[in-house]
Amino acid sequence: MTDVVVSIQKLSKVFGRGNLTALKDISFEVERGEFISLIGPSGCGKSTLLRIVGDIIEPSTGAVTVNGKPARRARLDRDYGIVFQSPVLYDWRTVTRNISLPLEMLGWDRGRRAKRVKEMLQLVELEGFENHHPWQLSGGMQQRVSLARAFSFSPALLLMDEPFGALDEMTRERLNMELLQIWSEIGSTVIFVTHSIQEAVFLSTRVAVMSARPGRIAGIVPVDLPQPRTAATREEPRFFELVTQVREQLHAAGADEVLEEAALQ
Amino acid sequence: MSAIALQRQPARAAAVRRVVGRATLFLLVLAALWGLWEGYRWLWMREGWTWPFVVDDITLPPLQNIFGALFEPARVNGPLLITLLWHSALFTAREAAVGFAIGASVGFALGVVLAHFNVLQRGLLPYIVASQTIPIIAIAPMVVVGLGSYNISAWLRVAVIAAYLTFFPVTVNTLRGLHSAEPRALELMHSYAASRWAVLWKLRVPAALPYLFSAFKVAATASVVGAIIGEAPSSIPDGLGGAIINFNQYYSLQPANLWATNVVAACLGIFFFVSVVVVEKLVVRRAPEHLA
Repeated sequence: MTDVVVSIQKLSKVFGRGNLTALKDISFEVERGEFISLIGPSGCGKSTLLRIVGDIIEPSTGAVTVNGKPARRARLDRDYGIVFQSPVLYDWRTVTRNISLPLEMLGWDRGRRAKRVKEMLQLVELEGFENHHPWQLSGGMQQRVSLARAFSFSPALLLMDEPFGALDEMTRERLNMELLQIWSEIGSTVIFVTHSIQEAVFLSTRVAVMSARPGRIAGIVPVDLPQPRTAATREEPRFFELVTQVREQLHAAGADEVLEEAALQ
Repeated sequence: MSAIALQRQPARAAAVRRVVGRATLFLLVLAALWGLWEGYRWLWMREGWTWPFVVDDITLPPLQNIFGALFEPARVNGPLLITLLWHSALFTAREAAVGFAIGASVGFALGVVLAHFNVLQRGLLPYIVASQTIPIIAIAPMVVVGLGSYNISAWLRVAVIAAYLTFFPVTVNTLRGLHSAEPRALELMHSYAASRWAVLWKLRVPAALPYLFSAFKVAATASVVGAIIGEAPSSIPDGLGGAIINFNQYYSLQPANLWATNVVAACLGIFFFVSVVVVEKLVVRRAPEHLA
């Protein structure tokens, strides 16, 4: 029997007075330990879907269950880690205290927090920056602090909303590697929103392709690239085949914007 | 270790340069103001201009008289004026400091309550604004007489008047500051299932600190003004307010004494302001570009 972490059934979201259908009839499941990417053109509702899963906004119809519980219950049980496109660090806290914020909310004692923060700093290679404030770090380093904070309490489900979208290509590729390493060490389940095809294929175990207006799942591409993924993965023929496959699905879904972006890269 | 020492040295040199630069600027502005004052006197007296008012040693005493008066006895065989005013300033400073503390605490608490209850905010804010449109000299006698019946010492009653001027900017800026937290940061707290209390103290209040300190700067000088004005209806002779009323009566004879008192009062206000700035520097950790 499979171990389902997230189950989404017939989910729809209508904004305003019924004039904007953001999501329509979305159904899929995410198994424990999976890394699933949501990809689609801007305005296809992928961030909305992520926010509904995280109980930040409510669906119009349909239901989300996480670990067999309603999304709200899962949030109250602190099952979620969230990473946004901007790092959302607290300026008045040092790197150490930013990472330990969720641990404080969970009521961990000082010693346990310090130990975990140290491990996380090692994992994201930010040793030596413990007492820096966020504005003293580069954008990539800030996002690494944000990753460390999200993974620090080993949440059952990680929700990532284009976390590397604002970074340059070099930094993005490095952080992709780091993210995979943290994911394999901590063993979380990840839902990852992106509009980069390469990023989606490189990171994921499955890629869910979405279409726009109204947003729905156009198809799901299983990524059978071997783990662990390395820099060489990006040069394998299978990688390019999968990128092409995702691109064709996007094209079939009428997502020309993403293709233009991909062509520019 | 030597690497650190090498780094420290230029940092210290830069700090010294900054202090020297600031001091030079301060002295230059002071000299310019001095020149302006004396130049104005000289020109108006030479030309005999009477607009906007006649300039002579009574209306606009020379600055050396004003500063000179500080180092002369205020009355025959009495202590120097500056000694007298020093004690008055200390007395007023205590009223203003306690008034500031009361006003800032009440103002902050009120801001927090109003920020959490929209109905209260809409219902009460007009009256809070109205409270500030009533001149302080109309409120002061009520406070003085009203609290007098509770056997509260006179200086503390003046502190309450100072607090009345202080709380308002703090309330308004607390309200604004508490709402200044980023929406994403609030969503993050939401995802941690944080209680209202945790959101308040771990996110909203720290985010509000720059706004709070802007208010504290206004409030600090207002508390000094409030204390000085509050002394008049209380007939307290021990503070700067008492000194001002006293020297007012002798203005046509010794105008420099009143001006000297004003200088001391201004210095007290500046001291309060600078104290807030120093605390802000120690407490508020923000990106340099986000500091007001």
